[in-house]
Amino acid sequence: MGSSPTSAPHIQHHVAGDHHDEHDHHDQHWLFKYVFSQDHKWIAKQFLISGIVWAFIGATLSTLFRIQLGWPDAQLTWLEPLLGRWVEGGKLNPEFYLALVTMHGTIMVFFVLTAGLSGTFSNFLIPLQIGARDMASGFMNMLSFWFFFLAGIIMFVSLFLETGPASAGWTIYPPLSALPQAIPGSGAGQTLWLVSMALFIVSQLLGGVNYITTIINLRTAGMSMAKLPLTIWSFFLTAILGLLSFPVLFSAALLLIFDRSFGTSFFLSDIYIGGEALNHVGGSPILFQHLFWFLGHPEVYIVIMPAMGIVSEVMATNARKPIFGYRAMIGSLIGISLLSFVVWAHHMFVTGMNPFLGSVFMFLTLIIAVPSAVKTFNWLATLWRGNIRFTAAMLFAIGFVSLFVSGGLTGIILGNAALDIQMHNTYFVVAHFHLVMGSSAFFGMFAGVYHWFPKMFGRMMDEKLGYVHFWLTILAAYLVFLPMHYVGIAGFPRRYYAYTAYETFNQFGDLNTFISIAAIMAFFAQFIFLFNFIYSIFRGRRATENPWNSNTLEWTTPVEPGHGNWPGAIPAVYRWPYDYSKPGAEQDFIPQHIPYSQTVSSNLPYEKEME
Amino acid sequence: MIALGILLALVLLLVVFGLLFRLQILTSIFSGSYARQIGLSNRVNAILMVVFMVVGMAAFAYSFVANFDKMNPPIASVHGLHTEKLFWTTMIIIGIVFVLTQVALFVYSYKYQYREGRRAFFYSHNNKIEVIWTVIPAIVMAGLVFGGWKEWSNIMGPAPKDAVEVEIMGKQFNFLVRYPGRDQKLGRINYRLIDATNEFGFDLNDQRGLDDFTASEVHVPKGHPVLLHIRSRDVLHAVYAPHFRVQMYAVPGMPTKFWFIPTKSTDEMRAQTGNPNFNYEIACNQICGRGHFAMKANIIVDEPDDYIAWYAQQKSFADQNPDILAAFKNKKTPVIEDAPAETTAAPAATEKAQASL
Repeated sequence: MGSSPTSAPHIQHHVAGDHHDEHDHHDQHWLFKYVFSQDHKWIAKQFLISGIVWAFIGATLSTLFRIQLGWPDAQLTWLEPLLGRWVEGGKLNPEFYLALVTMHGTIMVFFVLTAGLSGTFSNFLIPLQIGARDMASGFMNMLSFWFFFLAGIIMFVSLFLETGPASAGWTIYPPLSALPQAIPGSGAGQTLWLVSMALFIVSQLLGGVNYITTIINLRTAGMSMAKLPLTIWSFFLTAILGLLSFPVLFSAALLLIFDRSFGTSFFLSDIYIGGEALNHVGGSPILFQHLFWFLGHPEVYIVIMPAMGIVSEVMATNARKPIFGYRAMIGSLIGISLLSFVVWAHHMFVTGMNPFLGSVFMFLTLIIAVPSAVKTFNWLATLWRGNIRFTAAMLFAIGFVSLFVSGGLTGIILGNAALDIQMHNTYFVVAHFHLVMGSSAFFGMFAGVYHWFPKMFGRMMDEKLGYVHFWLTILAAYLVFLPMHYVGIAGFPRRYYAYTAYETFNQFGDLNTFISIAAIMAFFAQFIFLFNFIYSIFRGRRATENPWNSNTLEWTTPVEPGHGNWPGAIPAVYRWPYDYSKPGAEQDFIPQHIPYSQTVSSNLPYEKEME
Repeated sequence: MIALGILLALVLLLVVFGLLFRLQILTSIFSGSYARQIGLSNRVNAILMVVFMVVGMAAFAYSFVANFDKMNPPIASVHGLHTEKLFWTTMIIIGIVFVLTQVALFVYSYKYQYREGRRAFFYSHNNKIEVIWTVIPAIVMAGLVFGGWKEWSNIMGPAPKDAVEVEIMGKQFNFLVRYPGRDQKLGRINYRLIDATNEFGFDLNDQRGLDDFTASEVHVPKGHPVLLHIRSRDVLHAVYAPHFRVQMYAVPGMPTKFWFIPTKSTDEMRAQTGNPNFNYEIACNQICGRGHFAMKANIIVDEPDDYIAWYAQQKSFADQNPDILAAFKNKKTPVIEDAPAETTAAPAATEKAQASL
């Protein structure tokens, strides 16, 4: 993109033609403006609102199973109006319990933290921060949302099936997920799960291709890869990971569909169930796990990397300091991306996989801790000698680092094959990944919403409510997941409906009640956010163009950017996005579009020649 | 009626919250803080950061100590003692890192909170420091990998030749247990032969299986290597015995194994824990359906003499089910294709094992 700012690329709109001026889009039909919109900002809002809806559904499911775990003896007849037949004589049906944990995992990992997080912020920020009028293909972008929407509808419908939704865990390991005889949820519920997920993958691929193409091709004049904000770097690498790994999940799903419906034996062998021996021979359930985790592991980085990008951006802006080690931050993102493809079998140390493979994957897994450590130290160094403004977004960014550290460190134990023998599939694992990818990614998402809300809706969210939301949420997150480690060290298996059958697990009843109370508290705290979000869309304080005094390009657009983002020419970029508190500068920030010639007093020696 | 009351109370509560929220906005408009970029709340949040850290860490430390005994089930295997040491060594290392990073995070947040007129330190990178904090974690990781790799190789290495062999088969929703008989060889089984009585799918055409016997509990001798042959006949299960630090999936179509040396008999453990009901338990640790949460089996660790006595009392499956044996004799030719034979230890070695017991 060597062109001058005035000849910056204009986006071709396949349906609505080439228009990027404010007044043009008024003659658009409302259906294409608000529903089947091709505007990246609108699609981002669609993803965000769907993500929030799904997050509340997912959280409701978790509240239900936390009630079961916290009060295993309680009469749950009062839940009958909601759950109907799934409450049997005042007790939750154990199969429904498994359906709850399965759907909670599926919804949170895929619909909220993948689509809700990447979908929202990649869509919203990529064109705005790289200086483009829209995505490379607005049409594909629209399709991406509607495939996701369709996937969501199908998954939602599956919740109401008579035989229940998918219940084999979010990892849907066959043979359990392949055999309706084994669990009723593996009937129609699992079919809908697979169909929904296939559509979801299509949505991800359409989105991913678009994000990558846009970042490579549509950067404004001067926006070299080394001047991109870290958000964009993280979205870019996330999209690449998705593009390379989701098709593998698709293939696994496809083979599973064949096994379920067409009598093939990819994953099934030597099975006697429901009083009969099945004809499947020669398949391997472990093959499925390899395929699943080849996606599944990059998937956790697909979830966490956008949050890392958002946190880096929010933290630099509000510490009023350049992000420490910009290049190291990019390097560690690249390192994490590469390594994320060669660590998948650490989920499978005790599956009967060759122990030599276990050794190899243990080695590779513990290497991935290094780039993660580098990122953490760089965030800490960014705070050091900053001038920190605690906006709600900044609080969540700091909370992200805290949770990421707490959850990431226990990964060092789980990545060690010898220790994983004991810890595998216990609550230690549950605590680990809920901190490091669940809570952290949510915190990254909240940071993003609070930070970019003014640009999305032209109004500010209420800061005080944001503070209350933050403190309650981080407190609850720790109250839930720290004690959960104790339960895990004691060896409590996950996905257990109750622990009453075991002498080994007869302790910690009180701790489980405590965890449940904290989880319910966390759930209710989110209604503060929901209220703040909806209220502020309509009644929030009006925002200014650049309320956070931030450097990146999106803040040079009008308060509510119209179609095409900039009313006039797209600004050109002259500097990196982190010139905060530069010595000699008038203000404590210099936006990316300010040329060096206007900042003579603050230019560093090597920048002099660029004046 | 009660439900209505609760609903009403909730609605009132929400109204109160709503009013408080409006009030907060109005007062902040009147006081002028609404328009200010940075007000008192910045300071409050900074203080809360430190309060959260101090109170949080104190609560964490207290609850950790208070729950320490409960979270440490007694260990009863040789490799378990080794991995336990590795576990707590790793915990101490990550504990130190945890405290250092969290303290830095919250203290920096407090210390470098916004101050009027101050400017942040423009500090974009420092290659030396970055190399240092890349290399140090790398070295620590390398150390941990090495420790883990050594343990892992020992645990996963081949079982001693004289190990006592037991087969555990997972099914919805219990574990079946089978022992090789006097010949120390597990006979062939075939999933197509499974029915209500022949739960394992014994193929009694195989001479090696004639003396195999099943049991309702796993009995193993103390101080002697035990090799578990693990299989499943329906969905995935996992044999998880937390006291022995044993875990391995039970995979249909792919037999797996795990060996360990129990160090304390059940009676010794009952005395040690002061719990007369204590039992070593196997829990299923891979989601397998409705009864997953109650799919268990007991492991009884006997003194070697008791084990031999117990072993001698067992009657083979074929003896207990003469009709099944007869059915096989009537049909001399195998009704099914050949299933893979069980791997068994060399007979001489097992005889020696028997002798050593």
